[in-house]
Amino acid sequence: MNIIVCVKQVLDPEMPASAFKVDPETKRVVESQGTPPVLNGFDENAVEAALRIKDAVGAHVTALSLGRSFVMDVVKKPLSMGADDLVLLEDEAFHDLDSFATATVLSAAIRKIGDYDLILAGRQASDWDNAQVPLGVAEMLELPCLSVAQKVDVADGTVSVQQVVPDGYQELEADLPALVTVTNELGEPRYATLRGIMAAGRKTPTVWNAADLGIDASALAPKVTITDLYVPVTDRSVEIIEGEDDADAGRKLALKLREDKLI
Amino acid sequence: MTKVLVLGELNHDNSLNPVTGELIAAALQLSDDVAVALLGSGVEGSAGRAIAIGASAVYVVDDPAFSGPEIDPKVTALTEVCKQVGPEVVLIGRTQDGREVGPRVAFRLGAGLAQDCIRVGVDGDTGRVVATRPVYGGSAMAAVNFPGDGAQVVIMRGRAYEALDPDVSRNGEIVPISVDLSTSPNRVRNIRTVAQASEGVRLEDADIVVAGGRGLGGPEPFEVIEQLADVLGGAMGASRAACDAGWIDHSYQVGLTGRTIAPNVYITVGISGASQHMAGCSGARHIVAINKDREANIFKDASYGVVGDWEAVIPSFMETVRDLVNS
Repeated sequence: MNIIVCVKQVLDPEMPASAFKVDPETKRVVESQGTPPVLNGFDENAVEAALRIKDAVGAHVTALSLGRSFVMDVVKKPLSMGADDLVLLEDEAFHDLDSFATATVLSAAIRKIGDYDLILAGRQASDWDNAQVPLGVAEMLELPCLSVAQKVDVADGTVSVQQVVPDGYQELEADLPALVTVTNELGEPRYATLRGIMAAGRKTPTVWNAADLGIDASALAPKVTITDLYVPVTDRSVEIIEGEDDADAGRKLALKLREDKLI
Repeated sequence: MTKVLVLGELNHDNSLNPVTGELIAAALQLSDDVAVALLGSGVEGSAGRAIAIGASAVYVVDDPAFSGPEIDPKVTALTEVCKQVGPEVVLIGRTQDGREVGPRVAFRLGAGLAQDCIRVGVDGDTGRVVATRPVYGGSAMAAVNFPGDGAQVVIMRGRAYEALDPDVSRNGEIVPISVDLSTSPNRVRNIRTVAQASEGVRLEDADIVVAGGRGLGGPEPFEVIEQLADVLGGAMGASRAACDAGWIDHSYQVGLTGRTIAPNVYITVGISGASQHMAGCSGARHIVAINKDREANIFKDASYGVVGDWEAVIPSFMETVRDLVNS
């Protein structure tokens, strides 16, 4: 059983709003000096799903990440949680790719890894929330695609998932190899153990560039470009209700909402 | 002229889902030449309805395979319709089906793809689509365009545009399209659908929603939140942090990856207002924030606020509300 988990280093979505800045020249978010990047939360859920399968039936888990300016503590997190290998895709040509190009590079890397039964990824990344790269990888590799899973099980060459839908879930299954995207309903990802962190520190990631993957820059030409990026101004101004104490403020809030015919 | 194809959405009874009207209205911003693709059997009524709300053509692919929850046949069929009709732009709603069908069709066509858009227009110089969308959980807005000359797939957020009033005097043609689905078998099998209906008013339909977050500190306070929602005749919600902590079921989660709500009044208790949460309630008309941290993001979006300890604020608030409701 070989599992590949796609993970992405992202801007910390919990960073304070005051630290979020856009460079008006480049139309890109300024990488904050104060707030270090994190592993995308849904990708940690995907790593957790892979490790649960490893615990249950045994598996070799490879984490795969595409990017630039990798922070080793961040991208090595899957290793410290219990993944076996890490492959990093790093090249100047991989900077600022759109979803189509990103899926192209990831698919090429997965083909190069070659021996896989299951590909896992977070349902979406907390920067652009596109939720499209994993679907693109499934299309390019012509794999069955099972999205937004809160439970992933593997048995007898079949993957079974519970896909979250608005009022419940759907049970889906497909023959392996297949691609599954994972959602946070799966449950909290496990903590890295001290032993895991030590082992991860000793492991050297495999690094591939465009040439290693046989990718020509022309294959990465954008189909979508960002022409503007700005922080919207909110025009709501808050009316703070005050009272003699908190209980009094609560009372006055109810009266105010009634006065404004909201309740 | 830009020729726009809208993926129509059907309800279980084959009536036209309202999201289709929103998409047609968005498409009319780009061109007068708007067609709708309907995937389903016995959908003549919905085809007529689509024309009454602005479509000039409806392409119908009639196959029983579309009545189930399977996505694979819909991806195959829409890809084939696009190949036959050759639209410059395809508009799809960010619905349960659309969020998966849209990207997969775009990748199959090799088309440019913009997700979660709230506004579309035409670039005066190139004639190509410009789409505007929130990113970084709503902390920023991005405008994207599509270089090159291939197809453009735009996935729209719900309620971005308002549907036209139906007018039966509008004309349009209904064109059957046949698609051979046998060449692309269902690779994903749907075993069963399990409904986990929550009691009371649906979050999406509620006029008032009361939601709790990390600041509540544990599962028990959600009983108080639920009581307050009951007193107000509303529904209960929660932030992702509270759901992930296991204090309350994920079916209550409001936010980008949870439920999208648009109540008249949204009362948040102990919710900091992370942008991912706010993306799920940006349609709320009045936000009321109860939080002990005056610096919390939630106060930026709120119309009313109390800076205080919810354990003191909520009981007196609820008691006063109860008195007002009963009087």
